[in-house]
Amino acid sequence: MPLVRVEDVKKSFGKNTVLDGVSFTIEKGEVKVIIGPSGTGKSTLLRCVNMLAPPDSGKIWLQETELTNPKTNMHQMRQKIGMVFQHFALFKHLKAIDNVALGLVKVKGMNRSDAYAKAKRDMQKVGLEEHADKYPAQLSGGQQQRVGIARALAMDPLLMLFDEPTSALDPELIGEVLQVMQNLAKEGMTMICVSHEMGFAKSVANEIIFMEHGHILEASAPQKMFSNPENERTRSFLHKIAELYGESL
Amino acid sequence: MFDSVLYILTNVPLLMKGVLIAVEITVCSVALGMVLGIFVAFLKIYGSNPMKKVVSVYEWIFRGIPQLVLLFIVYFGLPTIGLNFGPFLSVVIGLGLCSSAYQAQIYRGAILSIGTEQMEAGLSLGMSKFQTLFCIILPQAVRLSLPGFTNEFTIVLKDSPLAYAVGIAEILKYGRDLIVTSFKPFEIYFACALIYFVLFQIFFYLFKYIASKFEVPGFLITGQ
Repeated sequence: MPLVRVEDVKKSFGKNTVLDGVSFTIEKGEVKVIIGPSGTGKSTLLRCVNMLAPPDSGKIWLQETELTNPKTNMHQMRQKIGMVFQHFALFKHLKAIDNVALGLVKVKGMNRSDAYAKAKRDMQKVGLEEHADKYPAQLSGGQQQRVGIARALAMDPLLMLFDEPTSALDPELIGEVLQVMQNLAKEGMTMICVSHEMGFAKSVANEIIFMEHGHILEASAPQKMFSNPENERTRSFLHKIAELYGESL
Repeated sequence: MFDSVLYILTNVPLLMKGVLIAVEITVCSVALGMVLGIFVAFLKIYGSNPMKKVVSVYEWIFRGIPQLVLLFIVYFGLPTIGLNFGPFLSVVIGLGLCSSAYQAQIYRGAILSIGTEQMEAGLSLGMSKFQTLFCIILPQAVRLSLPGFTNEFTIVLKDSPLAYAVGIAEILKYGRDLIVTSFKPFEIYFACALIYFVLFQIFFYLFKYIASKFEVPGFLITGQ
């Protein structure tokens, strides 16, 4: 049984159709990278998976639980789905360690000392144990994003969603975040990443999904996608990214 | 000159009797304005579309009516339809309603500037909407609203002499009583001004102190 099953998901905002029948599955331990031009529903798709933006129609399962069923307790299910945001979305009035421990205390109901011990381990995982007592504003963008990852990891999720985790970062800070993501992938975390970091996609993705106008145009393994994309649109998009990032694909 | 200073100093204690009532009026009006203002701000952001329209009209009305007119409507007008509030309550309602329209703007601005991602981040951890509002949005909104709130508080403080118009014995009323017997309007009104000025400073620095206690890096409220 796949970890996540997305079936014919549609979502509109007003008259603007953002997702127009998207389906895919992801097995435990798989990494999928979603690429595509802006405004094609990549971020919305992630928000459908954890029901922050519930789809208008279609179905989404996490293991055997149907998330799109109104009876499903989403507060419980969202603990199993970590999310990392483009602009970090750290709680700015809380120290880094408080950001990581908050969910453990408030949602999992752990006592403070256990929660902070666990939070400390997660901060270590992203290499930030010495910055635990700093406020988000005192950290660099890369460090903030790593706190964001630690915060999501603290809940021991089955699945991690990354919404353009490096696109708000200075080029020299991107590496440290990708390194953490790469380690996660190696440890067997199931991940769905919206990202245009092709180097990252090449090295860890099992599949690259190319989206446009709310559809999945093409989905295949990175080798095939980069060497011989089936769709003309995919080809030209990848070409543009290669030009932009100066990478030979 | 010396006489005048002496006269002011000897009469300040009498005027001080009005300070307590002025502070009471201010605190109660601001508190009423805060409760209504927060309610209105939440409705305007999270309410249904018709609800948003209703609270917009509310803000529009109470920002557009001078406080004194509002105060007279409450104190002299409402009793004719059977709603009798005493002078103190009338002042608090009048100033509070007006303040609520302004405070709603302060809180709305604060909540909106926090952004939707903070709510999404809270929800994505499995927190409920209420938990996220209480643990994430509120603490940040308080910090962001403090400068505007301080401003609004001092404005209401300076509007509190309107209570004089419905016969409440506040600073200005005591001053007026003194003038009737002494015929020294300049000295007495100057003393009143001085008292309000000092009151303003006290509250200004009190809120600045409170703000500094809430200050964390990234939320530089006091601007220092």
